[in-house]
Amino acid sequence: MTLALEAVTLHLGTRRLLGPLSLAVAPGETVTVMGPSGSGKSTLLDAVAGTLSPAFRLSGRVTLDGRNLGGLPPERRRLGLLFQDPMLFPHLSVGGNLAFGIPRGVGRRARRARVAAALAEADLDGLEDRDPATLSGGQAARVALLRVLLAEPRALLLDEPFSRLDADLRARVRAFVFDHAAARGLPTVLVTHDPDDARGRILTVAEAGA
Amino acid sequence: MTRVFPPLTLAVFLVPVLAGLAGTLLPAFGVLPGVGGTPSLEPWRDLGAAAGLGRSVALSLGIGVGAAVLSLALALGIAAGAQGTRVMTACRRALAPLLAVPHVAVALGLAFLLAPSGWLARLASPWATGWTLPPDLPTVPDPFGLAAVLALTLKETPYLLLMLLAALGAVQADRSVAVARALGYGPVAAWVRVVLPRVYPLIRLPVYAVLAYSLSVVDVALVLAPGTPGPLAVEVVRWLGDPDPALRMQGAAGAVLQTGLVAGVLLVWRLGEAGVARLSRSWVTAGPPTPTATPTLGRRAGPGMVLAVAGPLVALVALALVGMALWSVATAWFWPAPWPAGLTLDTWRRHLAASPGPLWTTVTVGVAATGLAVALALGSLEHEPARGRPSGRGSLWLLYTPLLLPQVGFLFGVQILAVFAGLDGTWGAVVWAHLLFVLPYVFLALADPHRRLDPRWRRTARSLGAGPGRTFVRVVVPLLLRPILFAAAIGFAVSVAQYLPTLFLGAGRHPTLTTEAVALAAGGDRRLIGVRVFLQAALPLLVFGLALALPRVLFRSRSAMAAGEGTV
Repeated sequence: MTLALEAVTLHLGTRRLLGPLSLAVAPGETVTVMGPSGSGKSTLLDAVAGTLSPAFRLSGRVTLDGRNLGGLPPERRRLGLLFQDPMLFPHLSVGGNLAFGIPRGVGRRARRARVAAALAEADLDGLEDRDPATLSGGQAARVALLRVLLAEPRALLLDEPFSRLDADLRARVRAFVFDHAAARGLPTVLVTHDPDDARGRILTVAEAGA
Repeated sequence: MTRVFPPLTLAVFLVPVLAGLAGTLLPAFGVLPGVGGTPSLEPWRDLGAAAGLGRSVALSLGIGVGAAVLSLALALGIAAGAQGTRVMTACRRALAPLLAVPHVAVALGLAFLLAPSGWLARLASPWATGWTLPPDLPTVPDPFGLAAVLALTLKETPYLLLMLLAALGAVQADRSVAVARALGYGPVAAWVRVVLPRVYPLIRLPVYAVLAYSLSVVDVALVLAPGTPGPLAVEVVRWLGDPDPALRMQGAAGAVLQTGLVAGVLLVWRLGEAGVARLSRSWVTAGPPTPTATPTLGRRAGPGMVLAVAGPLVALVALALVGMALWSVATAWFWPAPWPAGLTLDTWRRHLAASPGPLWTTVTVGVAATGLAVALALGSLEHEPARGRPSGRGSLWLLYTPLLLPQVGFLFGVQILAVFAGLDGTWGAVVWAHLLFVLPYVFLALADPHRRLDPRWRRTARSLGAGPGRTFVRVVVPLLLRPILFAAAIGFAVSVAQYLPTLFLGAGRHPTLTTEAVALAAGGDRRLIGVRVFLQAALPLLVFGLALALPRVLFRSRSAMAAGEGTV
């Protein structure tokens, strides 16, 4: 499974925001896109994930294993997305959040088993019924990653997912995320402005319009 | 899929409003659809010759402008004095329920409170006043419509204040006031100089809506304003309901005059805004008072002043409603006893057994109109993220159209349209007529929370494999449940309060609590009025209570939702 960007360029109106950018991310590989805020790196992830606001215009191709993702709605691209905030749905329990992305075809019993197994793997056993608002920052970050993994993504897109964590926690969550991505052989794109978080090959995008 | 909603929403109310205006304009010039006639100025000549027209117009102007100026002044005073203090939260909590109480309920309650034989006179007689018989004073209705101004002010001040509070958040008023105070201005002086000029444009539309409503109000005027002649809108409704086609056409001309009156006042008000802005420009930057100067009112005023203003507002409405509630369970209540002679549920039993219809109609029409409004508003708003930009200020003006036009100005035309469509007098037509006024309020209540919803919630759900439908049902609706229910409660309260739309489109076949209450007002059976007013006020309050309680119960074990942070 390879995630490839071919001459991807982003425009806001007539202004070029980013690109042209070409990049191939191999299975299990992480590529870091670095740049100051406002350089359009989060917008780049939106473009790959298919959630680009219509105000922007995307040219070039995004492919996964040679298949063009253009035109596919975000729910059919199967790309795991992590933000700065864990974005755990506040109206669902921890278990409800984890089960949200498990594909429809999986039966009730199997869903529960998968949720329990995922929690156990992250040392969060038995937290199914917990209110996500009561989790610590590190727990919430891990649950957010587990939720993404249970949806069986084919690649990971990380939008500064560690920047809100304090230094100690940060190292552990970072290791947790990258270990899982590598173990599953997921091509991973990380955008950040913090050199500490950078991993693998590093691609620097310049200030907008520069 | 959501693409159909914005045009559908606009069509649902622009078509009847435009057709209604045309259907009022034609008969005003001698052509009554269905009856015929040749174009002429006869209706206008008849209108000009109508007895007391000048007095009617003057009364409308006095009540309308008086109520609008007073409500705006009170709302601004409260907001300025309470800025950044805890009194603000208390005010918001105390005033919000006033929004739910229909105008007519407040008017009928005030009528009993202020009448010569009313509760206030009873409480003070004969020990303080010396009255052994109800005094012969023209208090309700008084010759100048002051009681009507009071009733409207009681209702419109909380509305304008809530609009103001929303706008204050948008301009970061707290910080601006802090900066100005550090430069030596008192709290109110600072507010007027640095916040008001930025906040007023944001509440301009609500202010205009209050002005248009007060200038053309019918139900409150029927209860509290003088009747011979009444304000223009009341006279127009009387003429439009007459079997004589000539009088109906005269009424149509009057309706056009009423629309012109509202348009004229709005124009003068707009010019006045510009004038005030120009005249105050140098005053705004004239500099703070020297530290040794005697404190002016603007410097001393603060939370104390706010309580002195807001307290009586809330107390008057509460007293008016309690008075009517007491009447509804009174065996007899003789002058000048301060309390009823005895309590009984007889009136309630008699009333509910004899006519459950109005209560039922009120509930079903309210639920249907509110449900449709929420669906249309959510559908239209859901289209915005799909399209990538929010609708501009232009569509906001369109949305406000039914609120800026006098109801008598187009409802007669809507009624004619309904007759041609074979819809007049049907339940559906009443729901549609209510929808014209429910939809704008529901949309406005939902728009901000919906636009503030973090787009990452949708992105997260979609990337986890949920399609647009599942994302909406499982994520957007639960996260917005609180504002959705609040908007629905507002919509329901607006529907319960509708008088003219029910009257015109229901053709008398679908009486609601509000139309029945107004019809009873002339009769004077206070016990029966008490039952109606109590139901009329209790129903929307109950719905508001449910709207606040439901999210708490549903999300009792979800602290982020219970704290209301789900939408942030």
